[in-house]
Amino acid sequence: MIVRILGEGQLSIDDPATAGLSDLDARLTAAIDAGDEPAFRRALKALIAGVHAAGTPVPADSLQPSELILPYEDADLAEVRKMMTDEGLIPG
Amino acid sequence: MEAGTGTKGTAASMSVMKRVTLIFRSKANKALDRMEDPRETLDYSYQRQLEMLQKVRRGVADVATSRKRVELQMNQIQQQSNKLEKQARDALGAGREDLAREALTRRSSAQSQLSDLQAQYASLQAEEEKLTVASQRLQSKVDAFRTRKETIKATYTAAEAQTRINEAFSGISEEMGDVGMAIQRAEDKTAQMQARAGAIDELLASGALEDVSGTPRDDIQAELDRMGAGNDVELELQKLRGELGSGSTPELEAGPPGGSDGNAARNSNSGRTAPAPPQTADGVQPSPGNGAPTAAEPTIPASDVGESAIPSADPPRTSDQP
Repeated sequence: MIVRILGEGQLSIDDPATAGLSDLDARLTAAIDAGDEPAFRRALKALIAGVHAAGTPVPADSLQPSELILPYEDADLAEVRKMMTDEGLIPG
Repeated sequence: MEAGTGTKGTAASMSVMKRVTLIFRSKANKALDRMEDPRETLDYSYQRQLEMLQKVRRGVADVATSRKRVELQMNQIQQQSNKLEKQARDALGAGREDLAREALTRRSSAQSQLSDLQAQYASLQAEEEKLTVASQRLQSKVDAFRTRKETIKATYTAAEAQTRINEAFSGISEEMGDVGMAIQRAEDKTAQMQARAGAIDELLASGALEDVSGTPRDDIQAELDRMGAGNDVELELQKLRGELGSGSTPELEAGPPGGSDGNAARNSNSGRTAPAPPQTADGVQPSPGNGAPTAAEPTIPASDVGESAIPSADPPRTSDQP
């Protein structure tokens, strides 16, 4: 599975490793739902660290799309919320 | 954004990663749908990619400019801080603890500005590096896309091309979205820094960093200069006294040159008519029987010694003093 960390690039992750990442993703989602900035920060950091640990960088000239896209590590809650809406941060 | 919990709750209940991914994809698909012949999309997209490359390079240059400006300010403030430290040292050396304290207070203000700027500098440097890497990555992908584009156009009919194009296109458009966001963030950061840099330039120009208390700009230096000038005069006098003392007319030293009139008057009243040679404190007086030095002594009143004795007693030495 290919995961993109915004501002950083794509990493390829073996499938067995993705289960642990799903838990982290669930924690991140819960933190965003609760509007809990410190929990959000911890969860995002943990998730990105998990992707780094399990993934290998995809070559720069690859044109494969990612299956999952993660916000950049220093994104705050408000930015991530914007990313999750259509009119948000992502240029069209 | 605290208020968003209610409205965005449903959207967020989907995985964050999946939601962000979907948004990226829908943007890419919208761009694809614009063209009738999917192969036109390739050229159109390629143009946009080249524009994006230009944009990210401009972004790198902008951040670098901002960073250099902060660097310049850091140097200016560092110089100011060094100057204040020297002033504090000088002031303390001159026994002016109040001035030293003031200089150190300002120095600490300059230092805190400096550490603030150092943080900004580091942040801009990080941004510059990120954008540079993003620019290189995009360049690789754009190159790959161009190759793929030509293959697709040469090999496939419009109908066949669609899936191939979709593959190439979603990969590059995701990169474009990513780079676009990186540029936006860098621009936001740079704009903030520019505003702060402008404020610091104004601070530096106004001298407010040198002058936290609202007193005139270089008052510490002015005071030190005044004291320095005063000290110089005293030192000169001391020197002259020393020279005169070791010269051929040692007794001239006894009268305080330019000293208070009261003392001079008392000296002339009481001591001057008395035998003069023993008055010299440094013990170099000639024996009383010598007679040579005493000849000149009684005719010169103590109050005149300071002015008249200098040029006449030792003209060559006074000339090498500023």
